[in-house]
Amino acid sequence: MNYTLTKNTRNILFGMMGLGVVGLIYAFVAGIEGQRIWANLLVNGLFFTFIALAGTLFVAIQYAAEAGWSAGFKRVPEAMGQYLPVGGLVILVVLAGSAFHVNHIYHWMDDYLTTEKTTVQDLRAYEEGLQHHAAHAEHHDAAAPAAEGHGHDAPHAEATPAADKYVSEAKFPVGPEHDLYAANYEKAAPTDSIANPHFDEIIAGKSGYLNKPFFFARAIIYLAIWIFFTWFFRKRSLAEDLAGDEVKHKKNMNASGWFLVFFAVTSSTMAWDWVMSVDPHWFSTLFGWYVFSGMFVTGLTMITLISIHLKRNGYFQHINENHLHDLGKFMFGVSVFWAYLWTSQFLLIWYANIPEEVTYFQDRWENYKVLWVANLVINFIFPFLVLMSRDAKRNMAYLVVAGVVIICGHWLDVYLMIMPGTVKANYGIGLLEIGMFAGFAGLFGYVTLNALSKAPLVAKNHPFVDEASHHHI
Amino acid sequence: MSNKVIYGLFDDEEILLKSAKDMVSKGVRIKDVFSPFPIHGIDPVIGVPRTRLAIMSFIYGAIGLSLAWLMMWYMNISDWPLDIGGKPSQAFYMNLTAFIPVSFEMTVFCAAHGMALTYLIVNSLYPGQQPHNPDNRTTDDKFMVQINTADNKKTAEEIKSMLSSTGAIEITEKEA
Repeated sequence: MNYTLTKNTRNILFGMMGLGVVGLIYAFVAGIEGQRIWANLLVNGLFFTFIALAGTLFVAIQYAAEAGWSAGFKRVPEAMGQYLPVGGLVILVVLAGSAFHVNHIYHWMDDYLTTEKTTVQDLRAYEEGLQHHAAHAEHHDAAAPAAEGHGHDAPHAEATPAADKYVSEAKFPVGPEHDLYAANYEKAAPTDSIANPHFDEIIAGKSGYLNKPFFFARAIIYLAIWIFFTWFFRKRSLAEDLAGDEVKHKKNMNASGWFLVFFAVTSSTMAWDWVMSVDPHWFSTLFGWYVFSGMFVTGLTMITLISIHLKRNGYFQHINENHLHDLGKFMFGVSVFWAYLWTSQFLLIWYANIPEEVTYFQDRWENYKVLWVANLVINFIFPFLVLMSRDAKRNMAYLVVAGVVIICGHWLDVYLMIMPGTVKANYGIGLLEIGMFAGFAGLFGYVTLNALSKAPLVAKNHPFVDEASHHHI
Repeated sequence: MSNKVIYGLFDDEEILLKSAKDMVSKGVRIKDVFSPFPIHGIDPVIGVPRTRLAIMSFIYGAIGLSLAWLMMWYMNISDWPLDIGGKPSQAFYMNLTAFIPVSFEMTVFCAAHGMALTYLIVNSLYPGQQPHNPDNRTTDDKFMVQINTADNKKTAEEIKSMLSSTGAIEITEKEA
């Protein structure tokens, strides 16, 4: 039996995409700073790509573990993976925008910061550019302090007294970036070679890894190989429906091992590249796993929600509360795992109180206090209490409520990873943010459900599909 | 009519399960089943209610968390305010981050030990306890159904004939 994307569902999804367009138009009309729009694009690009990637990860894990229980709904994560090329393109657009200085999301891509020697005329030209940007940003958002308009994570020259409480003497070992130095060299000849006052020692020290050619090569390799495996798994799985032998299943099983090894490494490096390098001075060794845990729980929640959607629309009669119970356990368990990593990261930084590490949380505490606390409540305490009991995990209504909250909560989590490093205090959750979230959700939903309608819902020759229908816990 | 206990011995758990289903559908109440391993799906057939151990686990966990917080509040906030990492915050909620590992450990400790002890007590498993097992073979490769005539309207003879017709390899009877 095939899933049909009904007119009704399609209209809802297109309506959500329309809301995204409305949000964007509103942002341009209201003159919202370009950096904030780009940052939103990155948040949604990452968030939904993560969900798609988690779909492929789920398929690979089920193959590698030879799991039987999930065979009945494996077309759902397979279809989710089909969004990877779309989401990857969105990410690449933001990355390219940064490389061509259309946005300043990835601040370290500014080559001038890693140039040790410069000339007086180059310095002058660079600082005129800075002033131009600052004026531009001020024009767009009069309320924002001009220096913050760049969204660079420069140390605040005008740090508030409250900030000093946490980071006494918190000066990075680099010059304050938005101070202008050209005036010091009025008498020098334009071609005189001088030490670059904007030279950023920390970013320069990381340039062996964080440099544009290597960065883009990595991004393309990650996406290409993830997409290749997604395509490979689905192609073999669909071919298996027609052929009915186990050769293709074995091929997928072998491939899943390679994918998992590749994913284990790239899920971390991808998080460093695309998320952590938004704050290029800061680093955390478990950041990759933190991003991974959020990605995994969102993906599992999406699988649950789509399966429930299919069940409520009369498909998936073979999926009963036993399968939902296992998915619910996954949602519960990985939510706790996420909280475990969140705490592990925060606890050590909070305890040690080292200025260069603690700035990350200081930014969030000073400017994002309510959202930052809400993140933990929504993504840990809520699913922990709601999904704890067995009955809740076997009940579709509970799973839908918890699932929607988890999806929104982890969007907020990604938002909190990106925004403080890109727009500092100039954030907001308004029509732009909500519209773009809805728009991308609609796009993701359309791509996924459309892919789902293209293939039979049950992989009938999958060796475990019978076992899955007898799953009982 | 004297009360009797009837034991039916099976050499396959699938046959036992089928037999139990058959007898229960005819109104026989089964007292208990003895097996060397858990038989999947037997609980609802013989009317064993779902365990409430999970609820107890939550309560034990909550007690553990409360004890942990009380202990840390008394030791590190009230009795001897602790300066953590040079941070001038001596309120419980401000130092909570430092207390997370202990809170977690105490919650798990109390929940786990509480559950294990409850399980052992509820199942009468403690030192000096005499085994309830009617036949040692059920700890090896045989499976046994126990039916008490006191629970049933049917006579011992009827029950015995039902057992033998559904595949029991040996049927014994003793006075209750």
